[in-house]
Order: sequence, then C-alpha cells, then structure tokens
Amino acid sequence: MIPKDCRYTKDHEWIRPEGDTAVTGITEHAAEQMGDLTFVEMPQVGNELKAGDTAGCVESVKAVSDVYAPASGEVIEVNGTLADDPGRLNADPYGEGWLWKMRLSDPEELEDLMDADAYEAYLAAEEG
Amino acid sequence: MELIYEKSVPGRRGFRLGRNDVPSRAELPEQYLRREAAELPEVSELDAVRHFTALSQRNFSVDTNFYPLGSCTMKYNPKFLEEVARLEGFAALHPLLPQLRHGGMFTQGVLQVLYETGRMLCEITGMDEFTMQPLAGAHGELTGAMLIAAYHRNRGKHKTKVIIPDSAHGTNPASAGIAGYKVVPVASNEQGVMDVDALKEALDEEVAAVMLTCPNTLGLFNPHIKEIADLVHEVDGLMYYDGANLNAIMGRVRPGDLGFDVVHLNLHKTFATPHGGGGPGAGPVGVKQSLAPFLPTSVVVKRTDGTYSLEYDRPDSIGYIAPLYGNFGVIVKAYAYILACGGDGLKEVSDNAVLNANYVLSRLRQHYPPAYERRCMHEFVLSGQPLKERGISALDIAKGLIDRGFHPPTVYFPQIVKEALMIEPTESESKETLDAFVDAMIELARLAVADPDALHNAPTRTPVGRLDEVRAARQADVCYQGSGGKDR
Amino acid sequence: MSYVSNTDEQRREMLAAIGVESIDDLFADIPEELRSGPLNLPPGRSEMHVMRLMHELSERNAAHLVSFLGAGFYDHYIPAAVDALLRRGEFYTPYTPYQPEASQGTLQAIYEYQTAICRLTGLDAANASLYDGGTALYEAAMMALRVTGRNKILLDSGVNPIYRNMLHCYTSNLHIDFVEVPAVHGQTQREVVGEYLDEETAAIVVQNPNFFGAIDDHSDVVEMAHSVGALAVMSTYPISLGLLKSPGEIGVDIATGEGQSLGLPLSFGGPYLGYMACRKDLIRQMPGRIVGATQDAAGRRGFVLTLQTREQHIRREKATSNICTNESLCALAAVVYLTVVGKHGLREVARTCADKAEYARRRIEAIPGVSVKRDAPTFNEFAVELPADAAEVAGAMTEKGFAAGFPLGRYYPGMERYLLVAVTERRTKEEIGRFSEAMEGVLWN
Repeated sequence: MIPKDCRYTKDHEWIRPEGDTAVTGITEHAAEQMGDLTFVEMPQVGNELKAGDTAGCVESVKAVSDVYAPASGEVIEVNGTLADDPGRLNADPYGEGWLWKMRLSDPEELEDLMDADAYEAYLAAEEG
Repeated sequence: MELIYEKSVPGRRGFRLGRNDVPSRAELPEQYLRREAAELPEVSELDAVRHFTALSQRNFSVDTNFYPLGSCTMKYNPKFLEEVARLEGFAALHPLLPQLRHGGMFTQGVLQVLYETGRMLCEITGMDEFTMQPLAGAHGELTGAMLIAAYHRNRGKHKTKVIIPDSAHGTNPASAGIAGYKVVPVASNEQGVMDVDALKEALDEEVAAVMLTCPNTLGLFNPHIKEIADLVHEVDGLMYYDGANLNAIMGRVRPGDLGFDVVHLNLHKTFATPHGGGGPGAGPVGVKQSLAPFLPTSVVVKRTDGTYSLEYDRPDSIGYIAPLYGNFGVIVKAYAYILACGGDGLKEVSDNAVLNANYVLSRLRQHYPPAYERRCMHEFVLSGQPLKERGISALDIAKGLIDRGFHPPTVYFPQIVKEALMIEPTESESKETLDAFVDAMIELARLAVADPDALHNAPTRTPVGRLDEVRAARQADVCYQGSGGKDR
Repeated sequence: MSYVSNTDEQRREMLAAIGVESIDDLFADIPEELRSGPLNLPPGRSEMHVMRLMHELSERNAAHLVSFLGAGFYDHYIPAAVDALLRRGEFYTPYTPYQPEASQGTLQAIYEYQTAICRLTGLDAANASLYDGGTALYEAAMMALRVTGRNKILLDSGVNPIYRNMLHCYTSNLHIDFVEVPAVHGQTQREVVGEYLDEETAAIVVQNPNFFGAIDDHSDVVEMAHSVGALAVMSTYPISLGLLKSPGEIGVDIATGEGQSLGLPLSFGGPYLGYMACRKDLIRQMPGRIVGATQDAAGRRGFVLTLQTREQHIRREKATSNICTNESLCALAAVVYLTVVGKHGLREVARTCADKAEYARRRIEAIPGVSVKRDAPTFNEFAVELPADAAEVAGAMTEKGFAAGFPLGRYYPGMERYLLVAVTERRTKEEIGRFSEAMEGVLWN
C-alpha cells in the first residue's frame, strides 16, 4: 500500500527520487484526513526550496493544510492537472496526484527521511 | 427557485424618479463613463416583492422555529425595537452633523443614547468605561486586543503572547493573531474548565493577556476564575472577557468583579438585537480605568451642564477602529431592550436562560451523554459519539431536526468534544417548546438505532437536500454568469 | 418586561424535573464571594413607556435639516419596498446560514447580492459583506500585501480621510510602508505616483469619485501599478457606478466601497455595508463569507457558504481575517434596492444626482465671492471656495434649516474656507434655490 520507492516526512509528504530529480506529493493518509480536496496550491516553476519550507497547500471543505518541501532544490515542473481536478489527488495520491518535480540540490537529504516501513510504523504509532 | 436575474425581462422596470425639475444637465466626458449599464435586474416591483417574499419563506428563523444554537443566544427579538430604530430622529440623522459648528447641539438625543448605553453596560459588567464603536463581536475582540497592546506598549513592556483555552471560539485566536500576538492554547481539565496548573506552566512575563469566556463555551463556570485573574495580573498580564455567554450571569456575577480588565459584549446575542441572517451586530468593549486612555476616538462625554459632546483630543487613543460611533441602529435597540428589562428583568433573563438549559439537559442526559457530568449554565454540550459508533453523526442528528421543524443546535464546536452538539435554549422559550424539542431529540436517538438510513438522507422536507460542498468549493461559482431573463 | 414565556407554575415543574429546590441552586457553582448584588439600574418598564422615552430622545435630534451633507454618506431615496421586505422576520431573525438546507432564502439572496456587486463593479467575484467601506478598504490593502508578499502601499490623499485614519489604526503594529500621494483636490497626481511606485509596492489605493467629488480615469495609473507587479485597489461610490466607468473596465484588481447609499438609512453612523469585489484569481485571498452555487443529490440548485476554510472558525490564527458576523441584512437591503431600482432606475438616479449637482453648482457659483473649482469633472459632490471660514458658514446655515456641507479644513489643513457640498436625487429645484439664497444671506448680510 505504501510505495517502497518513496521516502516520507513526518508531515505526510512523500518524495520519489529519479536520478538527480525527484517527484513529490502527499500521502494517502494525508489525503484521507483532508477529505475531498477542493483546491491545491503549488510552488512556481523556478522556485528554490529548502527542506521544510512551506511550498504550497491543500484545501478541502474542512481544512487547509500547508505542504512542506521534503527536500531542497529547484522546482522544475508542477502538476497542472490538479487545477481543474483536485480530486485526482484523492484518487491516486502516489501516481496521478503528484504535486511537483524538483532538481535535488542535496540528494543525501533523503537519507534522513523515513522509508516505507518506518512510515508505516509512524502511522501506526500516531493512531495509537 | 429561479434567480432574480433569470426572471428579468428586458425593458421592464418598476421604480421611476419622476420628472427631473432642474434645467441643467451635467456634461461628463465620455472617457469617464461606463459603456454599458450594469446588468442589474429588470423586473417590476411586484416581481421583486414576490421573489424576495418567496425567498424569505425558505428560511428557518427565530420568528418561525426554535433555534437552540449554542453560543449564539437566539432569543426573541422584540418587535418594538424595530420601531425604535426607525424613528425618524434616529434613522434620518447624518453622522457627520456633529462635525459642523454647534453640530453637537443637533444630535443630543443620539449622543445621550450612546452615552447612557455605555453607562448601563458598565453597571451590568462591572467595568469603568465603554466604547460603542466595534461593529461586531469579533471586531470588539480585535479592538480589545489592540487596547491590550497599547497598554503594554505604553508601559514599555515586551509582550508577545496571548493565552486562550482549547475550547475557545475561532475569533479569539484570529483576533489575537491579527493584533500581532502569538497564540498559546491551554488545556481544559476533566471538569471542562481551564486547568490552573496548565495555565501556571504557560504563564510567563511575555504573556500579554489571557482571553476567556465565563461561563465557557461548554456552559461551565470556572470556580477558580479569581485565582486565574490573580495569577495573570502577577505577571503583569491582562484578563480579557469574551462576552458571548453573558446571558448566563446577568444580575448574579459581573466580569469586572472577577478580575477582568477588558470585556467585549455581543448586542445581537445578549441584548436581543436581531441576528439579521449574519449581521449587523455590535460588539462594544468595556475597560477598567487603566485602559481608558487608549479607547478608540471619538468618545462621548457628558458635560457638567448635562449636555453631551464628542471628545476627539485623546492623545493615547488607538485611533479609529470604526468610521464613526458604532452601529447606532443596533445600539439604540439594545438600549431600549435594557430599559424595558430593567435591572430586575435582566436577572430574570439569566435565571430563566439557565433554568431552561438545565431542564433540557436533565431530560436529554440519558439519551445523549453530556460532555461533562456537571450542572450547566445557559448552554451545554452533548456528545453524539455513541451514535457515531452506529454510523450516525452529529450532522445527521442536525439534519433530522430540520425535518422536524427545529433549527439544529451548534455542531462540532467546541472542537474538544467529539460529535459535539451545543444547545442553548435561551430564556424566551416556553416549557412546551422545550419538551417538543426534547421529544424530537429522543426520537432521533431511537431512529439512529432502528433506521439509520432515514437520517442519512435527511433533510427531505426542505427545498433542497444536503448540498455538495466539495463541488461548491471546487467550482467557486459566486457570481451568476448567465445573461439571465426571458425573451433573450 | 423580560420577554420570558414560562409561568411560575411551569418553572416549578422544571425545577422538580431537574431535582433542585430553586433557581438559586442552579448557580451554586459560583463562589459566594464572587457574586454581585442586584444591578443598579432602573426597574423594567412596559413597551408603551419605553416607546415614549425613545420618541422624546429621537426628537432631540435635527433630522429635518435639508441636507447637502455627504462626505461618504448620502441622503438617497429608499423605496418603501426595501424596508417592507427587510422587516420580514424570516429575513431578520435567523442566524448566519451554517445549515444551508434551512437557509436557502438568505443564501440565495446573498448570491444575488454578490452578483449585483460584480456587475456594478465589473469584477468577477464578490464577498457577502464586510462591516463598512473603511474596513473593506483595509481588508483590500491586507489582501494586496498577502498576494504580492510586499510591504509598501501608495495611498492617494483623495481617499476618504476617515478611511485613511482607520487604515493607519489597524496597521499600526505591522510596519507597513505607507506613502501618501498628496491631494490637490483634482485628480490623482501621476508624477508623484511615478516617483514612489517600485518593485516594493504591493498596491496603489485610490478613490473614485475622490473625497472632493472629483472623477478620474485611472486606467493609466492602473497600468503603472501593474507594470511593477503591484495591484490597483479602488474605493468606490455605488450610486456613481450607475454612470461612471466600472473599476473592472479600468483594470482595477480589487474594488471596495460603502454600500449605505444602496437602500440603508443614514442612522447616525451605522449599520452600514462594506462591499468588496475582485478578479477571479484572487478569490481565495478575499476575506469574509462567500456564498457559492452548487447542487444537492437530486440535481437541484442550491447555495452554501463556501471557501470557509480561510475563515476564522477553521483556520483560526492563520485566517484571512477575523470577521464573523458581518452585515448580511444590509447586503439584503442592497440587493433589494438594486432589484427594485433596477438596471434603468440606477442609471436614472445617477443621472439625476449629476444634473441636480450641476444646477446647484451654477446657483452657488453665482453668489458673489464664491467659486467652484472646475479642474476636474465631478459627479454629485464638489468643493466650494468661500470668502469666509467654511465651518462658520455651515454653522450659520444650520440655523436656516440646512446641513450645508462638510467643512474640508477638518481633515485638510489649508482648506478652511472650502465646503464640500453633495446633492442627491432627493433635493428639489426649490430647495437648491433656497439653499443658495440662504448662503448668500449668510455671507453678505
């Protein structure tokens, strides 16, 4: 259920490295907590982000939640389909619901993030 | 039901001004003029009256339904208050008249209303001075936060934080945040009130104020309130009272006597001015003498000869938080209400508000667990959690009540109670109405077990059923784009 | 009179059901030492008695002066249908429409109001109301700061001085760089704007017609702002929009204004109505409540409060604003007024105001020693230069039964001899004539 090829943050973002670039998004858990998304705000292409920066936010009828950059780098592409169809993120949070792609400035940062097993354990602990 | 724009017929009109009797014509150059008239409705007066009358019939209201919204004090709005506000000497008066030389002499009646309302509110709350300017409760909170900031700045104190209880209304942290403070929440204890030990841990020299309502949003009185006030004053912090729940304590307790330094009131709650479907309201702010110099400009004063005037020379004032003197048309209604009730009547109001709430609680507690096993004041919170386990949420209960002709209580607030249902009957309601409501609530609890689907589809007797809020937020259609009307 | 329904007998039954002896027992939680004595207020009175008192108080105000006083708040004619509809209890006694199925009346009316404001201002989205024109202007400035992430605002001094005072009051803790573009009562000074406008500017804030009544075409100012990535914010007078180019046509990003002229009595300062409209892409930054259209499961159109996650009760300290109760009934008055008056009626009101103001100007100009500036066109308000102190003249005019206008020296040093005169559709040719004669009498007798 929780993709093995990603790394995870405590704020429920995921990041999938692809060489010196990476794709990011928010996890299924986060999407479920929010409920049906009504709006997604993304960083702009060209923005330089540092790990932990507020990069955007996701909005539902219940709440607005900030999305933080899981790693440092330059934003090279954003998922334009979410503007017309934010529900796509709820439907497929790890695939079609990706948020942005970035060129990593320091790929080693990913080592500090949780892997799939650690994230699963983290979720179990949060629920308990 | 169609929009008024969909009923428009090109060329149709109702209103006409009649012959313009002046011989002049203003020659305004083309470049300043709009090309096309704004596409406002083209309907007759009859069309307009039928349309808005039909719309009004789609609303629940205090005039038509029991409306036990916790924290809102939906009491009866006496009709004569509407007459009072419409008296020509009030309604037709231009607010800038006092700015003309001797203008104050043309506005003695309204200035007296503003002054005396302030004095009466001081007596009711135990405060020293009032400003009538804030235009709503949240506006009063912001004004209060700004007064607190001005007070500390004036004394050279570096204060960065405001403490609020976790049960607070959202306007409290929002107002404190806008005034530039960091908001620190403190937990409630098992009795449902602010935990004194938790407060002690959070209190330090950087705390500017603690914002409380008393009774709190759970309808519970904190017996340690004086101790809390003393602790806060010890670190040179101020006590702020959110007056939303004043309906519980009039004639019995006064926030000023409990140690509060700043108070805001909601005239559209406690003092019977109508809610208007979301305003207008008024949120006057009362202060102890030490904060009086910072009150917003202008201030109504009574001179030694008994006349009233506006004072503008207030060097320490925080300035203009409203354009003029406050929502006079709302304030004058509250003034008349207080005159009608009198001191004895206001105590009766609170006595009956608390009695009504406790009566409803006593009949409902076996069916819905109260959030706290205690006597309540003018409102109380039940939890719908046991029904949630059977698949029925507080929202479903609310919708079921609508089908039975009752406006629902407040749901999902305060956030610290799961599936919260906050009920405030008010003193206006009769025992028969309260019994009918209780019977409906009991029936819903039974239905939740016997036929949950009936509630999932509620309401079915209103013009529309449950609305798709996700769709509303996604499409953000806030302005009708159609070209409207017939014969286009 | 406390408007309590229950009788003593019913109270006894309720106390028995609760299991206490008396109402005092219900207050047992309150420690003895915290209780106050009885309130030191006069005893309650009957409705009849209070109405008599209120009548007396209302008569101690001069509501019968023939009014040429404006300065942001105007004596327009309110059709009887407006108040008749507003007095329906189903409109004025409910709460905020948080339970949409039980509030479609209010919700649809507000949607129609938002639509009217959008069409009047030529913009794409409007909110459900703010407290008044001043707080609306403040909220617009805050929006511009949020959207651009910048810290500087250019403020034209032709903007209502009361609103400028409010703007400074609210932002005093926030270290915003305000640059006031001095007013010379004509139009906005482009050279000064050009001098101060830069990449740090969040917005330029103007008013049209400005406080002196002067009309401007701000299209070039808007372009200047946009060229450096700043927003254009305009405070407007809604009746004037019956004739004047709309903010949308000019390219303005956020329009605000005071809606009192749309069916609300002057009422000595309130309740009034702040309106705000903006470009579509700014909608999520707009404070206050917003009503949106949607459907139920059966496909029926309905209306709900939407985009609420930005508001105080959800976002709490990160909210766009702290506003909760706003001016919903006043917004209803505005949409009823705009519906009853209608597309053609509003144009007629605006045209009549302008024509009557032109007549008043000619009559006043003819008074010896008096001049009316014509360096910019005006709508229904204009500044008159007198050979004497304007405040004194206005004071003397009240004795002749006129509220003659607003003495500008109150807010603009150096303009002590200028009086701001407003003319609405209510003023007759005869009143305007008597007004000029009275003024001539005051000046020269």
